[in-house]
Amino acid sequence: MASDAIAIPSLPVVSDRPWIQTLHDWLTTVDHKRLGILYVLYGLFFLVIGGIEAIIMRIQLMRPHNDFVSPQVFNRMFTMHGTTMIFFMVMPMVFGFANYLVPLMIGARDMAFPRLNAFSFWLTALGGLLLYFSFLGGSGLYGAGNAPDVGWWAYAPLAARAFSPGHSSDYWTISLLVSGFGSIGTAINIIATVLCMRCPGMKLNRMPLLAWLNLIMAGMVLFAITPLSAAQLMLLVDRYLGGHFFDTQAGGSAVLWMHFFWIFGHPEVYVLVIPAFAFMSEIIPVFSRKPIFGYPVMVAATVCIGFVSMSVWAHHMFTVGMNSYANSFFAITTMAVGIPTGIKIFNWIGTMWGGRIQFKTPMLFSIAFLFQFLVAGLTGIIQSSAPVDWQLSLSYFVVAHFHYVIVGAIVFAIFAAFYYWYPKVIGRMLSEKLGKWHFWLFVIGFHLTFDTMHIPGLLGMPRRIYTYEPGRGWDTLNFIVSIGGIIQAIAVLVFVANMIISYWKGAKAGNDPWDAWTLEWSVSSPPPAYNFASIPVVESRRPLWDLKHPEDPDSRYE
Amino acid sequence: MRRTNNSITARGFQMLALVFWFTVAAVAQSATRPTNTNIFAPESTPAKSIVDLSIFVLVITGIIFVAVGTLLVYVIVKFRDKATDTGREPAQVYGSNQIELAWTVIPVLIVVVLFLATARVIHAIQDAPKPASAFEVTVIGHQFWWEFRYPKLGIVTANELHIPVSDPAHPTPTFLKLLSADTDHSFWVPQLGGKTDLVPNRVNEMWIDPHRTGVFLGQCAQYCGVQHAKMLLRVSVDTPEDFDAWARAQQKAPTDDAAVTAGRRVFEATACINCHSISGTAANGHFGPDLTHLMSRRTIASGAAENTPENLRVWIRTPDAIKPGSLMPAMNLNDQDVDALVRYLETLQ
Repeated sequence: MASDAIAIPSLPVVSDRPWIQTLHDWLTTVDHKRLGILYVLYGLFFLVIGGIEAIIMRIQLMRPHNDFVSPQVFNRMFTMHGTTMIFFMVMPMVFGFANYLVPLMIGARDMAFPRLNAFSFWLTALGGLLLYFSFLGGSGLYGAGNAPDVGWWAYAPLAARAFSPGHSSDYWTISLLVSGFGSIGTAINIIATVLCMRCPGMKLNRMPLLAWLNLIMAGMVLFAITPLSAAQLMLLVDRYLGGHFFDTQAGGSAVLWMHFFWIFGHPEVYVLVIPAFAFMSEIIPVFSRKPIFGYPVMVAATVCIGFVSMSVWAHHMFTVGMNSYANSFFAITTMAVGIPTGIKIFNWIGTMWGGRIQFKTPMLFSIAFLFQFLVAGLTGIIQSSAPVDWQLSLSYFVVAHFHYVIVGAIVFAIFAAFYYWYPKVIGRMLSEKLGKWHFWLFVIGFHLTFDTMHIPGLLGMPRRIYTYEPGRGWDTLNFIVSIGGIIQAIAVLVFVANMIISYWKGAKAGNDPWDAWTLEWSVSSPPPAYNFASIPVVESRRPLWDLKHPEDPDSRYE
Repeated sequence: MRRTNNSITARGFQMLALVFWFTVAAVAQSATRPTNTNIFAPESTPAKSIVDLSIFVLVITGIIFVAVGTLLVYVIVKFRDKATDTGREPAQVYGSNQIELAWTVIPVLIVVVLFLATARVIHAIQDAPKPASAFEVTVIGHQFWWEFRYPKLGIVTANELHIPVSDPAHPTPTFLKLLSADTDHSFWVPQLGGKTDLVPNRVNEMWIDPHRTGVFLGQCAQYCGVQHAKMLLRVSVDTPEDFDAWARAQQKAPTDDAAVTAGRRVFEATACINCHSISGTAANGHFGPDLTHLMSRRTIASGAAENTPENLRVWIRTPDAIKPGSLMPAMNLNDQDVDALVRYLETLQ
């Protein structure tokens, strides 16, 4: 199959050029594939940084009254860990995959606005640098603290001048403001690309689900990032121009900040998880050898999640003293999200039903995703019941719940996506053997950490404490959680090793190693700079199935 | 190659089984340990109704987990790729409207049931009328300690809340008015009730109705700054007699003991009085806890240390040794002054 492909510029040709030229090419590129790779590498870098911060916290919490780090350092670690993982790990990662895959899957040669694309990436990159520059520059002239220590929600009035002197929380604010503009740029780009750049025959109802779900994600980014950016500007006005939006000492409102933050914060969870759904909706069918079950329902359910998730934000605020009507409203909207989400899980199971499931590494990660996302959803339902949340909110139960979503679902889906699309991007397969080591170590570490972590929450352990009192039944549990964290770190090292070793030693992938059905597998691996020599024409949702089974094409049934 | 993969898979399953065993053992161990902050050991009305609701919700979500989990395992085992299948694609099924409808309607019904049960408990706890017999305390959160004011009794104390036990036949629930002096805090004593935040510029209210005497532990649940972790909380639920005795002791003016005049002079001559109050002296600061009846409390530094003369000495000399980052400054007193001061504080019964 590889022989019919357009000639790939091989490695020696590239390395003949002076390295400064190669660097210049990468820094000034407007190619969606290179920008996608930059985004993903950037996300991987911050996965490691955020992971180190997590390990520092877990060592500190291994036993009660530990003094591995000071409270000040611990508070910076959880602030930086949360901010890094949300804004500079998962966001760039999903944007990177969207950037790389969406044009290839809809038969386009690039994104709609290539230069906006490059601009957005560099804004995001600058945001991350600003956040981490706070370690050096945060003290400013005041000599007070360095990295921000206000938590990743930066609740008012903790982020006000009175409680957060110096510039540490300013770096947090400006970093999110800058990377937020980058996210808005990318979102506009994805929307324009999906709506305007599809190849002939690719009607909206023939788009791969990945393109559909990224379209919905991009729409949500526009609605979610805007209030966050507005709130950041208001916070800057408070801190530098004498404003009193959130300045409670001068009559401002702490609760106003919470609303602004969570009106961003909850849709943000879906901004992160919908691309994970997108990966699942491409990978599960291919390794079950069946088309996705109920394509129109999958799209409708995702649109539904998009809308409903805009009306659930105050379930993060059940403890701030809203009245019983507000609490009831946000309880029912939150429970309602479970309906379309449940439909999606059922549809993935429906896809596997009657298939021939192949347990390649991408599918292993996908199956783990299904189990873990189920649990994450159910613990979410438990907390949507406001009175139960009065106990569980702000406890380690919540920490376990949202790590189940972000690690158990999103990170597992991202790993599945790595194993699935690495051959397309690099042209070589990732090692299945190392892949299975990575998978099992990560699954074991994950469950050791995050299953166990629910229990201290039920036993009354609040989050964001740098140490805890002995004799409350939390000691052994925290020790187990920490051990699991270390196992996960080892698994990530195996993964990084796999990526590096397979880059040189991996088996040649060919165009279509998984016998898949979407357009990106019709071009060489890695794809040529212009993607398609001639723009393809499609007649169904699975153009490559039609090509491989001319006797029984999908187009006959749609 | 294939054999290696299988052995990794087998080892993986073994390890996973070990993990579950390990977790279950740890849970069993922590469940049997007497712990004072378990939300499933309620001793007060709102905490009890929350546990009942939690169990209801847990059972429903548990059933969903078992049902969907079993289905998933069945599908994985039943439809795995077998060696005999190679080469042939399975039947290509695109969907089914009937099935989609069924698995939409069932979750809708479950949501309706869960919501009704939830709304009932929200209403029962939040909209409960305040009976005339209710006992009232104002709680003010500070970085990083708790101030308790009893407006009707004229008592001001810190970190250890005393309330009378409530007899179920003639309930005397305690209504807490929650305020904050600086940042957000959250009042959480798991055995007595859910948490409610203390938000600056806002008045929140919650109530508890404990049916058993004893000391109940909790701590600040909303991140409030450097020493959020050691903003601990003790609620002492007393018999009515014990409570009256405690209240009378708190209302008394401190005795003026001539033997400790030196220590009192140190207290009044340093910055101590800017933050602390002791009634009958010049000290009337409000940034730190009221010390008028310091020795009636079992802990200092918001529960971070036992209230012993030795700990008091350490706390005055180097607060960071007990609670790094607390807002109490080290006063740099010489040994003689510290000794005198501690002897004075010991008389504040």
